[in-house]
Amino acid sequence: MTIQVNGKQIDLPQSVNHISDLLNHYNLQSNQVIVELNQAIVDQKLHADTQIQNGDQVELVHFVGGG
Amino acid sequence: MEDCFSRQKLFAPIGEKGQVKLSQKHVFILGAGALGTANAEQLVRAGVGQITIADRDYVDWSNLQRQQLYAEEDARNAVPKAIAAKKRLNAIHSGATIHEVVGDMGVEELHEIIPEVDLIIDATDNFETRMKVNDIAQFYKKTWIYGACVGSYGLSFTVVPEKTPCLHCLLGVLPSEGATCDTAGIISPAVQMVVAHQVTEAMKVLVGDYEALRSKIVSFDLWKNEFSSVDVSSLKKGACPSCGEIQQYPYLKEDSQTKTTVLCGRDTVQIRPMETMKRDLEVLNRILLRTSGEVKKTPYVLMYQQGPYRLVFFQDGRVLVHGTKDVGKAKSLYNQCVG
Ligand SMILES: [Zn+2]
Repeated sequence: MTIQVNGKQIDLPQSVNHISDLLNHYNLQSNQVIVELNQAIVDQKLHADTQIQNGDQVELVHFVGGG
Repeated sequence: MEDCFSRQKLFAPIGEKGQVKLSQKHVFILGAGALGTANAEQLVRAGVGQITIADRDYVDWSNLQRQQLYAEEDARNAVPKAIAAKKRLNAIHSGATIHEVVGDMGVEELHEIIPEVDLIIDATDNFETRMKVNDIAQFYKKTWIYGACVGSYGLSFTVVPEKTPCLHCLLGVLPSEGATCDTAGIISPAVQMVVAHQVTEAMKVLVGDYEALRSKIVSFDLWKNEFSSVDVSSLKKGACPSCGEIQQYPYLKEDSQTKTTVLCGRDTVQIRPMETMKRDLEVLNRILLRTSGEVKKTPYVLMYQQGPYRLVFFQDGRVLVHGTKDVGKAKSLYNQCVG
């Protein structure tokens, strides 16, 4: 499926179906990232249960400590 | 006096009035690394009247690629960053008053500084300090501007007490430092992009144009050509211990302060004596010269190289032990030197 992540078209492998899979795909940990799916924030507790679909718009903001 | 600010005053949202306001403001910049130096230079050039800049480290050669207030001479002499920064800032604009703080920002130090300032710029390199800043900002109801970067990625968010969610709301638990350390390196444009967001937000706050604040969390990756802006207002939590109905400021409790700290992304442990002290580097110099290690004294620090380890002693009692992440090893090296 193809979705948009941070403004960019991305082709996802078949194994990625939920938000949690997407975070794994990007090597991100749930507690360090804010996920917005089609303009609504997805609660951290729901990452594993929230499905993504073709054409979805996802914004991922991950926190880093550097500076 | 020559007018350095004519072009900024022509910019309508600031204008003559805004310029006067900027000159009356005091900004605290916590950290004088990449983000800190770039924030400081822009704010001083913009005509902010007073800046307090704090850092516990000294200038190293690896800093020069992106920490814009420093030059080779500062690395050669291992000048404490806050001192080197002040010198350069004074040269850029003599009308600004710069207060430098060389040392750790513990809870006590923050309680002294924060009531005096109008705004806090986060330019630290670790989450532990950021959570302290987040709590103290809530305590004194001061706006603070989070900024961070690694590689070609960066992000920023402006925390306005009683209005926006705080960092504790957004993060929940403290992310482990290991996952955030900049083993991935950093390119200077990523720093500058974060700082562009931080300084612009700072200007809005300082001239009182709160309407213009971004209110969203902004993040980007300059190498991957990604940009995102997310509205996080729904994440403000009534039960947040830092900004919620019952504020406990968990990160301001003294027991969360550590005596030893492993510095992010580097093979370095900081050891801080429990009580503030003044270390006589001259005396220590004489003692260490009798050992097998190599000693070098600069006007500000004493460096001691022993095999793969390098210890750097500061006048405020702190010691940085380079070459290890192991706190026990660092302590034993420290005890070998000062007994
Ligand atoms: Zn909060």
